[in-house]
Amino acid sequence: MESKPLALKILDTVSILLLGIATYLALVYAPTELVMGDVQRVFYFHIGTAWTALLGFILAAVFSVIYLVTKDLKWDRLQVAAIEVSLIFFLITIVLGSIWARPAWNTWWTWDPRLTTAAITELIYIAYFMLRQGIDDPEKRARFGAVYALVGGLSAPITFFAIRLFRTIHPVVISGSNAAAQGSFHMTPRMLTAFFFALFAFTVIFIDLFWNRIRLGDLQEKVEQLKLKVTI
Amino acid sequence: MFFQEATPDTSGYMIAGYVIAFILMALYVVSIYVRNRNLHQDMSMLEEMDKSAQLAEEARMPKKSPVKSSNNNRSAKPVTKRSRQK
Repeated sequence: MESKPLALKILDTVSILLLGIATYLALVYAPTELVMGDVQRVFYFHIGTAWTALLGFILAAVFSVIYLVTKDLKWDRLQVAAIEVSLIFFLITIVLGSIWARPAWNTWWTWDPRLTTAAITELIYIAYFMLRQGIDDPEKRARFGAVYALVGGLSAPITFFAIRLFRTIHPVVISGSNAAAQGSFHMTPRMLTAFFFALFAFTVIFIDLFWNRIRLGDLQEKVEQLKLKVTI
Repeated sequence: MFFQEATPDTSGYMIAGYVIAFILMALYVVSIYVRNRNLHQDMSMLEEMDKSAQLAEEARMPKKSPVKSSNNNRSAKPVTKRSRQK
């Protein structure tokens, strides 16, 4: 039985610490936004998880291309790991956004371009796992998964640029503005500190979870190989 | 700013948001841990099965006679005039 590498153990600990600090900065250090009140504080985790999730989906598309070129199942395992962690992070993004929208927009959900593209992206990647579940042959599963993740990867930039390309009520807080946006705000230096720290913390947490998930995939592969050996 | 009402109390939504975010992250970490533990259990069980299968196969196989095995050994050096003289 392989034990966890020391670097991963350290990364686990650092991730927990960073999550704690990011929470402190978001809940205590950053000032309360005057118009929206405390609910604005979900913004730090909302953006942190969204950034890493979209990055993970794009990474998965890159792994898909590498798999299709090399046919090495290692890249398939990396792709699955990236998508799984991103899916969880993106679910958190959507839930936090919905909770913020209730007091800000007076509704839990609206079919705005950003919200719609985000929901489609989440559903695309839920369907990805359903597709994989339906295929027994590992190589066929990896090939289909790679093509699907490659096409699905397009949804990540579309979701990101939706608020910059279409008329939407979703605010554009970083680099840009939207005339129709509701719930926009300007960040004070303390808010910026909390924001950038949350981005950094969630990137490290993503790497940590990604690494753990890759190890799980490798173990799964070993068990599958052993199962085949025993049955033969 | 002069006509703005007091900052609304939306702390309930904030707490709900953070609680749900932490629960989702914790559930995912637990799911990784549980899957890892189950796979390790499967691995040790399969390794034991593999070992016992190998032992059973060895017990079933008849012991090879040394003469036969030397005849069948392809990696042995070919017999030459010099080796005969030796």
